[in-house]
Amino acid sequence: MIKQDIVIAGFGGQGILSAGKVLANAGMLEDKYVSWLPSYGPEMRGGTANCHVVISEEPVASPIINDATTLIVMNGPSLEKFEDMVVEGGLIIIDSSLVETEVKRKDVEVFRIPASKMADDMGNVTYANIILLGKLIAKTGIISKDSFEESLKKVLPAKKHYMIPEEVEALKMGMSL
Amino acid sequence: MGEKILMKGNEVIGEAALRAGCKHYFGYPITPQTEIAHYMAKRMPMVGGTFVQAESEVAAINMVYGAASAGVRALTSSSSPGISLKQEGISYASCAELPAVIVNIVRCGPGLGGILPAQCDYFQAVKGGGHGDYKMVVLAPCSVQELYELTVEAFNIADKYRILVMIMGDGILGQMMEPVEFKDKEEIISVQKNWAASGTKMNRENNVITSIYIDPEKMEKHNLKLQEKYSRIASSEVKVETYNCENADIIVSAFGSVARIVKNVISMAEKEGIKVGLIRPITLWPFPESEFLKYADVPKAFLTVEMNAGQMFEDVKMAVNGRKKVYFHGRMGGMIPTQQDILDKIKEILKV
Amino acid sequence: MPTVFKRPHALKEVSMHYCPGCTHGIIHRLIAEVIDELDIEGKTIGISSVGCTYNNYEYFNCDMVQAAHGRAPAVGTGVKRANPDNVVFTYQGDGDLAAIGTAEIVHAAARGEKITTVFVNNAIYGMTSGQMAPTTLINQVTTTTPYGRSVEKHGFPIRVCELLSSLEGAVYIERVSVNDIKNIKNAKQAIKKAFQVQLANKGFSLVEVLSTCPTNWGLNPNEAIKWLENNMIPHYPLGNFKGKDLEV
Repeated sequence: MIKQDIVIAGFGGQGILSAGKVLANAGMLEDKYVSWLPSYGPEMRGGTANCHVVISEEPVASPIINDATTLIVMNGPSLEKFEDMVVEGGLIIIDSSLVETEVKRKDVEVFRIPASKMADDMGNVTYANIILLGKLIAKTGIISKDSFEESLKKVLPAKKHYMIPEEVEALKMGMSL
Repeated sequence: MGEKILMKGNEVIGEAALRAGCKHYFGYPITPQTEIAHYMAKRMPMVGGTFVQAESEVAAINMVYGAASAGVRALTSSSSPGISLKQEGISYASCAELPAVIVNIVRCGPGLGGILPAQCDYFQAVKGGGHGDYKMVVLAPCSVQELYELTVEAFNIADKYRILVMIMGDGILGQMMEPVEFKDKEEIISVQKNWAASGTKMNRENNVITSIYIDPEKMEKHNLKLQEKYSRIASSEVKVETYNCENADIIVSAFGSVARIVKNVISMAEKEGIKVGLIRPITLWPFPESEFLKYADVPKAFLTVEMNAGQMFEDVKMAVNGRKKVYFHGRMGGMIPTQQDILDKIKEILKV
Repeated sequence: MPTVFKRPHALKEVSMHYCPGCTHGIIHRLIAEVIDELDIEGKTIGISSVGCTYNNYEYFNCDMVQAAHGRAPAVGTGVKRANPDNVVFTYQGDGDLAAIGTAEIVHAAARGEKITTVFVNNAIYGMTSGQMAPTTLINQVTTTTPYGRSVEKHGFPIRVCELLSSLEGAVYIERVSVNDIKNIKNAKQAIKKAFQVQLANKGFSLVEVLSTCPTNWGLNPNEAIKWLENNMIPHYPLGNFKGKDLEV
């Protein structure tokens, strides 16, 4: 059974919540069971933002993730806060342009990707989250690139659809790392 | 059924209400349910409906009282402290037998309370938070799909019995996104609201909507009529999900989002050879007492898990009626019971 | 023989429960006459409130909705929004409108709800037996101001028409009295205009009617009329505050 419990965390404004939405939507397009749960506490205001995304071949029991199979982090505090919730053998994908802290855990697989720098080089730093998702997809196969692209069409408002080709490029970049 | 759409729970409530033919929404902003108001503010003008941001929760429920009196389907939504303010209107509307739907996306209390999920308004909803002998039908969905289906049904139940129906969820349900599949057409019961205050058109006696009969004999008679209606509802509108209860070592009872956590616990426990059943009341009132009686002899014990200090716990104890011991595990203040804690509690009860 | 005086159709043929000398009955009749004259009984919904007139739904022939204390403008908003072709009026006393229901009346007026409020000001709580109202005059003795209302302890009486006149949504506001024939005629004209304003979809309209409460004032009906003239009218000046020249 394929099941991914993914926690994405960072600062508000980094596209944390929308990355989760794209992911969940793509899972749904593949007829998988999905849920997306944002942190909606006071911490949303200027502080950290995070969301829990479950993608599974069986109905999602709880949308709340206690044990994450993957953690994607885009700031230092989130790594400190959430690294202990990753299961043994799980993944931690880090935007190393923004996070200098080292992962303490020795029993997980860690990928440090300078996503923000790469995205900036592409001309739009907001694609950093997509580059990190690319790594997740390549590593886990939880969704396909095509579903991701299809999902973008659903999640992004029409006026932002012009960004889709670049976002797909960013995804590919992340997948190739 | 149409295609699956990924939608936020709160927005699904709004969409479901529209699909149920509700064109009148009155509300006041409060987190974590405000997306319902946002959705209605956007959508109502498209369908020729009414969205009013009221000056208070008190005013909002009284606008619902007015709209329901006039015979239309009306909705208000709020979160715990706002629902406390609505209790006056809830009591009046219950007595005046007005059909309407109220959504409570519960936050932790008492007092102002944080916006994180909680279930601490169970007593208020099912035992009557307002004054007097009245009942509301209280529905507790546990998924976004169920939020949709039960919201549509809430309007039907309300109209069928001339009663208030409350949808009780929490921030998890309101804020989460899940796939939802809307039907092509909703089943909407049609009732003749010949009691409504919509104008006599000079061709009938005038209608009066009131919650008061100053003559005690009439007031008692009206109360008896309400109680008779509540009995009818109790015998025909109970909804419950029973899962894995045959041969269960322990039956856990939970409602709403907590029931989902318990489902994870069931699989965890199975791996350790413990058989855990679940009784999930979907109607908190009327409470599915008979389901508990039906399984009372099966497990070694019952456990209720709630995000409160033990509220549904009391109803479960009454339903089990001393046949088995009923235990409780709860978290408060916006804390969510973890799967591990629930499993540990089960093991402690079963001494394994 | 031609009929020169009859019960308005909009008023039921029942006797009212009000105390001798109370002017609620006159005000009810004026509303009913206006409903008859405008031929709107079939589409009028009255909102009863809490106080002595809680059950005036028993006196009118149009559809009626009884509202919780102070909430009549919110209930009226719901009724009107549900069926905008209906004519909706609230009937509220001073405690109901200017104390517990202050938020509801202010916001219904501010929103410019197309409803009409008949606000009956007798400077006292009637039904609960003579307590201080928001409109109780300075030095007026009530059961909760046994030594007279003092500015120091109880603050100042509220002039509702003046207060609401500042709101753009409130388009017609007038204060009248039912102490004599001339004023009763003026009161009827004001109530009629208020309903016409609603029929013309102009916005919120309110008529404040100075009224007596002989029982709780401790006066006989004649003395009560005099007291109204000598004490209330000087503090609550009669006249139009807004919308006098509104085309309807």
